[in-house]
Amino acid sequence: MDAAEIEFREATKRYPGRREAAVDRLSLRVAPGEVCVLVGPSGAGKTTALKLVNRLVELDDGDVLVGGHSVRQLDATALRRGIGYVIQQAGLFPHLTVASNVATVPKLLGWKRSRIDARVRELLELVGLDPLAYGPLYPSQLSGGQRQRVGLARALAADPGVLLMDEPFGALDPITRARLQEEFLALQREVRKTVVFVTHDVDEATTLADRVAVLREGGSLAQHAPPDELLAAPADEFVARFLGADRGLKRLALRRLGDVELEPAELVRPGDPELPAATSLRDAVSAMLAGGRARCAVADAGAVRGSLSLERVAALLGRNGSR
Amino acid sequence: MNRPVIPDFGRGSDCVRENRLFCGEWVRDNWEGVLLPRLVEHVELTLVAVAVGFAIAFAAAVAAHRLPRLETPFAFVAAFLYTIPSLALFQLLVPVTGLTVATVQVALVGYTLLVLFRNVLTGLQSVPPDALEAARGMGLTRRQTLWRVELPLALPALLAGVRIAVVTTVSLATVAAFVLPRGLGQPIFDALREYFTTKLIAAGVLAVLLAVAADALLVLAGRAVTPWTRARRPA
Repeated sequence: MDAAEIEFREATKRYPGRREAAVDRLSLRVAPGEVCVLVGPSGAGKTTALKLVNRLVELDDGDVLVGGHSVRQLDATALRRGIGYVIQQAGLFPHLTVASNVATVPKLLGWKRSRIDARVRELLELVGLDPLAYGPLYPSQLSGGQRQRVGLARALAADPGVLLMDEPFGALDPITRARLQEEFLALQREVRKTVVFVTHDVDEATTLADRVAVLREGGSLAQHAPPDELLAAPADEFVARFLGADRGLKRLALRRLGDVELEPAELVRPGDPELPAATSLRDAVSAMLAGGRARCAVADAGAVRGSLSLERVAALLGRNGSR
Repeated sequence: MNRPVIPDFGRGSDCVRENRLFCGEWVRDNWEGVLLPRLVEHVELTLVAVAVGFAIAFAAAVAAHRLPRLETPFAFVAAFLYTIPSLALFQLLVPVTGLTVATVQVALVGYTLLVLFRNVLTGLQSVPPDALEAARGMGLTRRQTLWRVELPLALPALLAGVRIAVVTTVSLATVAAFVLPRGLGQPIFDALREYFTTKLIAAGVLAVLLAVAADALLVLAGRAVTPWTRARRPA
């Protein structure tokens, strides 16, 4: 299915007995094929906003449109079958094998057996699990990271246009988490779904998002911008504080040495660190500071292509967007 | 005869005539005529009681799972039935349902309800919340969630309940002979009246063996239908 646009229009949700709204007049457009990450402190209504899309939470006011259709007008069950849903503990069914878990929605949709089997194989390969080795296992036999991969494969099974991910990597150790983030980005380049992703981790948000939506307590939108713009120019004090004092460094993490205009290789002095072009600017700065140097050599495929100084890094940050 | 033997067993070996503790040959001679038919009746009594009890308890547990305010009244009724002494219950039922199999079954079914209701409900309540959340999010209806997710995951607890229900019913069904000459309870009642220990022991041992065999069968069946509970991480 083609990626669908998601639009929140003044979407509002209040839980009975609470004065503050959980989601307060949220207006937000997620373009087809875009990854929108909702971040914010706890109580900012991130998960509630996400669940408004597949109607696990019902709107009180305003509207949410998926592919131009109001979710209010759609049958909740049919809507959910057309939306991939990934949650923190993966939510795999313990009594079903990995293959049967992935086959859940295609079975509900009444696909033929042979089509389901082929799709399950395809998806397990897509998330990096050997279908023959992992298909017959039960969830209890998997590691946390493997469970999340299966959860993702299951969400993609019926080829939904929209993917909702509620802190999917929140319970994983940092190394597994970083690997899955990278794999998710690679996968997203391939499948191009419209993704709404919830996290409370700013680094995860800026790493994965095409656009980040920062929500504040009470469920209102504080800022909606691409990661670089967000980190360069927080809309207000709340956003700046939420992003953290190291937002300059976080911004550096978004770019790699290979992405920036380099200085001549001749400026490199003996003792300057030599770094591969895939290194993030953040790690490059860290390497320079660790060595007490103000410049590093940038190598690509074994040959030095150029160099970069700390001064230059500062200039790069200043160039696009500042306050 | 120089000493009074009550009752007079007439024919039979010395062992039987002298009413020694246990006479193997009596068992051999009476297997087809007495013991086997009673054993079959006993199995029938147990199967019907547990099946009917399960149907009622299952429906009640599913209802209480959906509507939690039903749990307390249902559990109260089941517990109340369970506490009535069995002989008293039979006696109470006879004026209503007569000396029939219905009397026996009402009582036996009543005693299965508590453990079956409790176990089915506990099983349903033990389903991991994240699995339910995922089921809902993927567009399973409530009915589909019940049959495809909740009930399979409740199976281990449910089967544990059925095991207890079967074993207790096998034991309790011997008392049914108080009302009706059926099941292994009948030779036991006879033997108590006749002071005939062989019959008592034979029927008693058969009841115990039946309970053990049924339990073992249920364990095996349970293992066959819940393969995920034994899945181990590959080395």
